[in-house]
Amino acid sequence: MADDPLVLAEGLTKRFGEFEAVAGIDIEVRRGEAFGFLGPNGAGKSSTMRMVACVSPRSGGTLSVLGMDPDTDGPKIRARLGVVPQQDNLDNELTVRQNLQVYGRYFGLSRKHVRDKATELLEFAQLSDRADDEVDPLSGGMKRRLTIARSLVNDPELLLLDEPTTGLDPQARHLLWDRLFRLKQQGVTLIVTTHYMDEAEQLCDRLVVMDKGKIAAEGSPAQLIDRYSTKEVLELRFPPGQQDPAPVQDLGERVEVLPDRILVYTTDGEASLAAAHTRGVTPVSSLVRRSTLEDVFLRLTGRTLVD
Amino acid sequence: MPGPTAPHPWQARFLVVESMWIWYRRNWRATVVSTVLNPVFFLVAMGFGLGSQIQPGAATGGYGYAVYLMPAMLAAGAVQNAAGESTFPILSGFKWSRVYWGMTATPITPAQVATGQLLWILFRLVFSGIVFVIVGAALGVVTGAGIILSLVFAVLAGMAFAAPLVAFAATIEGEGTAFNPVFRFIVLPMTLLAGTFFPVTELPALVRPIAWITPLWHGTELARAAAFWNLEFWPVAGHMAYLLALTGIGAALAVRNFRRRLGV
Ligand SMILES: Nc1ncnc2c1ncn2[C@@H]1O[C@H](COP(=O)(O)OP(=O)(O)OP(=O)(O)O)[C@@H](O)[C@H]1O
Ligand SMILES: [Mg+2]
Repeated sequence: MADDPLVLAEGLTKRFGEFEAVAGIDIEVRRGEAFGFLGPNGAGKSSTMRMVACVSPRSGGTLSVLGMDPDTDGPKIRARLGVVPQQDNLDNELTVRQNLQVYGRYFGLSRKHVRDKATELLEFAQLSDRADDEVDPLSGGMKRRLTIARSLVNDPELLLLDEPTTGLDPQARHLLWDRLFRLKQQGVTLIVTTHYMDEAEQLCDRLVVMDKGKIAAEGSPAQLIDRYSTKEVLELRFPPGQQDPAPVQDLGERVEVLPDRILVYTTDGEASLAAAHTRGVTPVSSLVRRSTLEDVFLRLTGRTLVD
Repeated sequence: MPGPTAPHPWQARFLVVESMWIWYRRNWRATVVSTVLNPVFFLVAMGFGLGSQIQPGAATGGYGYAVYLMPAMLAAGAVQNAAGESTFPILSGFKWSRVYWGMTATPITPAQVATGQLLWILFRLVFSGIVFVIVGAALGVVTGAGIILSLVFAVLAGMAFAAPLVAFAATIEGEGTAFNPVFRFIVLPMTLLAGTFFPVTELPALVRPIAWITPLWHGTELARAAAFWNLEFWPVAGHMAYLLALTGIGAALAVRNFRRRLGV
């Protein structure tokens, strides 16, 4: 039982009319892990999340969530899920506290239970001092925090977070990561989509990169970096339009030309930099760094993550 | 791990109602003018003001004009409130506040959101109807306990209008300009022509069928018959059947449209 995957999809497909937003993907999420979806805008991440959240019926393939079929057991599954949608849908005309309580009631929880839970979650989201204010005038980041707190009101086993940190300031982002780590330690399974590579790298045990409705790669952050990138990256910055990759083309396994810089993928960045200098290449500045998921992403999708 | 379970379908519908009640408790002041005071203004202006010029006669069933108007205004108020509650608030749930999307991420289903929303409208119509009856009694235009039954019929007429309108509102994507024709070409003519202020028989023969298809005319006939206690079986059964059919068909369409829109 404990080894049964929490989410299992085979050939999962979502069509909107003729258009295939999710074009047959296989995923398996195990209990207790943090699973990430990366991918450029329009890749099909949210469409996938909405199918897993049992709010959007699949167009094809098989899907099981918590061992049940969303087509027949939607309400039962949703009772045990927490969902942070990409777009907030708080009740702006209620107070912060009321939003938590009303939402908890939808799960059939008692008034007393949701009252206590709301107080606890207000603390969690650091919104206690705004508890009795209306939601409408809150800042975007505060609303996001409230949406995240709200998703925990039923103590979910599986938490689905669609770009949870978009719109949060760095401090709030770190606070949220910390909270997500703690939930993970308590055994909550997390599925996250994000455009922040550092977030994915720190939080996710396993992740998939989606592009155009398909899975382009799957693995742990370290595996993906190992498989799709080199150990180090040499970044050479040039004034816009003045970069010529020709002289550095053979200095690494691969060269990527971005609008403002050239990336040389190499096992030894310092050596490649020295070689470039010998060839008379004079960048405005240069930097040697470890490969990151960002590089994997660039390789697989041909795009930078945050565009 | 035996996690929480989904609430019973009827509990789910009442949880939708409960959330709207919590909203109402905070925001009722803003709705009082349109839902409670407007019908009272009509009753006072038409019933007492204009009515002072009208002699009780056959057309008013022998009653003073304000007394004659009271049960009909109860029905007209219910239908007007139904129109208000079934248009922009529905569009908002889908599009502006998006609260429906939040609800359906929980064990609540789209169909339960639709029926819960209709139940809430029903309660709203009952509340404002009760207040109107109390005001009418205070003004001395209530003739007897039959008004309680008038209230039931008025609410039924309101629901017969609300249910199809909620179904329609669930299909609106824009900013709600599609509702303008509803108010201009349905609600307003209905209030003027469906027998509230004068019997439909006074209308030109060509116009009468327009009154007959409106839920308000059926509601008005029922509400007056109840208030003045001259209920006859077949007319009552016919009017009720028509209103119940509109409510039932409207509710079924509303459920279908909520499912379609929330389950993409
Ligand atoms: N309800 C819908 N009707 C029609 N097309 C849709 C609908 N929802 C999504 N799509 C389309 O499906 C594709 C995938 O959208 P989706 O929201 O899943 O992408 P995403 O990976 O979450 O992107 P982002 O990073 O921008 O959030 C897009 O081309 C989008 O236009
Ligand atoms: Mg998305």
